[in-house]
Amino acid sequence: MMSNITDLKLVELVDKIKKKELSSSEVTVAFIERSKKSKKLNAYISENYENAIKKAKIFDQKPDFKKKLPGIPIAVKDLFCTKNIRTTAGSKILENFVPTYESTVTQNILDEGGIIIGKLNCDEFAMGSSNETSYFGNVQNPVSENLVPGGSSGGSSSAIAAKLTPATIGTDTGGSIRQPASFTGTVGLKPTYGSCSRYGIVAFASSLDQAGPMTHDVKDCSLMLEIISTYDTKDSTSVDFKRENYLTNLNENIKGKKIGIPKEYRVDGMPKEIDELWEKGIKIIKENGGQIIEISLPNTNYALPTYYIVAPAEASSNLARYDGVKYGFRSKGENLIDMYEKTRSEGFGDEVKRRIMIGTYVLSSGYYDAYYLKAQKVRRLIKNDFDEAYKKVDAILTPSTPSSAFKIGEKLNDPVSMYLNDIFTVPINLAGLPAISIPAGHDKKGYPLGLQVIGKAFDEQSILNIAFALEKNISFKNNITDWWIK
Amino acid sequence: MSKNNGEYLIIRNDNKYEVIIGLEVHAQVLSESKLFSTSSTKFGSEPNTQVSLVDAAFPGMLPVINEHCIKQAVKTGIGLKAKINKRSIFDRKNYFYADLPQGYQISQYKDPIVGEGSVTLDMPNGEKNIGIERLHLEQDAGKSIHDIDPQNTLVDLNRSGVALMEIVSKPDLRSLDEVNAYIKKIRSIMRYLGTCDGNMQEGSLRADVNVSVRKKGDKKLGTRCEIKNVNSIKFMQMAIDFEANRQVDIIEEGGSIDQETRLFDTKKNETRSMRSKEDAHDYRYFPDPDLLPLELNDNYIDQIKKNIPELPDEKKKRFIEKFKLSPYEANILVSDIEISKYFEEVSKNSDVKLATNWITGELFALLNEKNIEITESPISSKNLSKLINLIKDGTISGKIAKSVFEIMRDGDKDPITIVEEKGLKQQSDPKELENLINKVIIENPKNVEAYKSGKDKLFGFFVGQVMKNSNGKANPKLVNEILKKKLN
Repeated sequence: MMSNITDLKLVELVDKIKKKELSSSEVTVAFIERSKKSKKLNAYISENYENAIKKAKIFDQKPDFKKKLPGIPIAVKDLFCTKNIRTTAGSKILENFVPTYESTVTQNILDEGGIIIGKLNCDEFAMGSSNETSYFGNVQNPVSENLVPGGSSGGSSSAIAAKLTPATIGTDTGGSIRQPASFTGTVGLKPTYGSCSRYGIVAFASSLDQAGPMTHDVKDCSLMLEIISTYDTKDSTSVDFKRENYLTNLNENIKGKKIGIPKEYRVDGMPKEIDELWEKGIKIIKENGGQIIEISLPNTNYALPTYYIVAPAEASSNLARYDGVKYGFRSKGENLIDMYEKTRSEGFGDEVKRRIMIGTYVLSSGYYDAYYLKAQKVRRLIKNDFDEAYKKVDAILTPSTPSSAFKIGEKLNDPVSMYLNDIFTVPINLAGLPAISIPAGHDKKGYPLGLQVIGKAFDEQSILNIAFALEKNISFKNNITDWWIK
Repeated sequence: MSKNNGEYLIIRNDNKYEVIIGLEVHAQVLSESKLFSTSSTKFGSEPNTQVSLVDAAFPGMLPVINEHCIKQAVKTGIGLKAKINKRSIFDRKNYFYADLPQGYQISQYKDPIVGEGSVTLDMPNGEKNIGIERLHLEQDAGKSIHDIDPQNTLVDLNRSGVALMEIVSKPDLRSLDEVNAYIKKIRSIMRYLGTCDGNMQEGSLRADVNVSVRKKGDKKLGTRCEIKNVNSIKFMQMAIDFEANRQVDIIEEGGSIDQETRLFDTKKNETRSMRSKEDAHDYRYFPDPDLLPLELNDNYIDQIKKNIPELPDEKKKRFIEKFKLSPYEANILVSDIEISKYFEEVSKNSDVKLATNWITGELFALLNEKNIEITESPISSKNLSKLINLIKDGTISGKIAKSVFEIMRDGDKDPITIVEEKGLKQQSDPKELENLINKVIIENPKNVEAYKSGKDKLFGFFVGQVMKNSNGKANPKLVNEILKKKLN
């Protein structure tokens, strides 16, 4: 019975609880039990099991079936501040930090009846593409031992793929939801910038960060988006647009939809399997009445360098608050400056320090114009590329990543090769657009590969519908054996 | 130093040096809550009791603009006859300090909310316009306290995030008197507008002072030094005087001025180097990605313009025209909004000339003596106008009025009641006065004789005697008239 529960998808669980076929306690305990058996994956940083079981019991005593997540247990990326639950951002500097406040996104989950069962591992301050920069250690990809789960939302992708939680949320600054989703054969959506409130999310790069759902399928993804996407006056960049009932409106009819294929995404040295996967996607679109249109996004090449100026610049400033004065880790120093230096040298890991240095450099007087200002101009050009494309098409189809998951340690000492992993996802953050990654096949090693559907700003419904159609026709199956259990 | 024709020059070895001064005034925005959070801005509260998660820069906290502060900045901009920028941008000024929780100050760098404007100063030799370069909004930092704990520096974040307006002048100021007049004028304008209480003791108004010197007649500006965070006009003047003389000494000795930031030691009355240009912070300014550019539409600005009250310059003009005051008197009465309000209340119900004299004379002396503001005046405007009316209608003499005023200052008693209770009413009955005068004439036959033979000066003696006999209550005007008739 227990193992059956964790095999159920989110929408199915909600349905069974509403029909009283399952109680919140049964569901919560099932996911917790499986999580306990899965310590080897190292998906969790903090567990909230006891408290969650208590909450499930309380829910069952007085269930409210009008909620969208009636007593559903959910683990979230440890970048969301959660009241009374330790929040580390994967960093030593916040190792013992317990917020007194709740992020808007997790509050939305709680308001709909969700129960937080734990906080999931991630790259330190979300800086990384393999979850290897976490102070709390590597995360295993359930697909295969010693394979990275992607990053930065690596704990989240591992936990959803391994069925430790029926759904989760991550954050995506340059691909941190979509790339790990692609690496683990799961669905990940980065909403339009301004969709989900950033209030209470540990900031990495403020102009790029977005929270988004990570789930087993497009239906679950639609439900989660409905819950977490709200207008919030506590975030000045939150946008008050008409949010859809994404799940209710979900349909696979893509007849007449114009789908763009950007030629610049056919990069040199891309594995053949990925090209084939892309072709498969194109074929499905055509077969279902969609129209394929070749488009050009001429500034795509500049996206990665632009991103690696803008994101570190903002990060270098956002992370200045971790100085040992008010909260978090503090090292003893001879004086104030010495205390700062020791605290930040010991409290931050190498990748974070690397990005703080890059960011500090590109903002320095004398370099600002050449780097930061120019990057902002290029960012505008990249956005213009998409605006132009969207005059002709409704959405854009690309691969999610240029490769499948790699081995733990493989790229750790080669930051540039690591950064290149985000080549298909980064432009979308720079343009502030929504994009979803869905599992679409396997490479010859048997590792999952994803396709990315990019939408117009605030048109999440269209990409969900296209993804839904693709999902139905691909009928992807994740071959995950529970190798890490016993 | 010499002050020829109001000029402030430093003279060394026959060289005359002109002093060039520019001010960056930091004025705390009058607002219940902070610039980007809802915490209170109340002064003097227990340390760290007015600190929100945003002010303390907790992870994931975001700034949200307090619209009231924007309005206050626009109002002040209008008061400074300045251009209101419809698009302004909040930037991050990055530096580390214990009382700067975010590790950056949110400020406006390239695109401030208010652009160029000007302020008119009334100097003894005429009006002088001082250019305003810009006004921008920024957050205040917290306070580091070094002298409570011997081992540690303590931090109070109550001020952290409080809204400040930085008003930057052009280097148009040339003397200590102009600095004094400029600060007072800016303060006056903001108090009229209700955008800053101008309280220098509580730190609501501070300034960074830029000073350079050049030989009189030179066109090129000298290298300037910036003196940080001076919190009174007196200290500003002392700091400028010291700094200008220091610079002149260096130049006279053949040296050159290093551009640097200095601080003013109020105990030793000297400025000291804080950091040189080479050590200057690189603040790495960039637009704060947590805040969108601030866009104001014409309608918003027009609405604020419509509700701008009468400002000191206009009020002065009106006082001169309507009340026939001298420019000097008008200046004194409009310099502070509360004084002008008090004056208008008094003069509404009584003689303007007397009101002016009594306020700038007796009342100001009283306020000075007690070191209090006019809002705390022990004598209400209502009672002062009553007193003036008693003088005007001849009920009491000016001299008696002064003794009534002395009684009023201890408890704001109605002057009419005082006059009645103490029987101070002026004797204006001609018959009674004649009796008093007759008595004096009879009692002083020799003096009468002397007066009649030409000693005109004795007239005062007779008046004095009559007044003395009446205990000062005799109407001096009538006494004069009757005496003249009797003696001639």
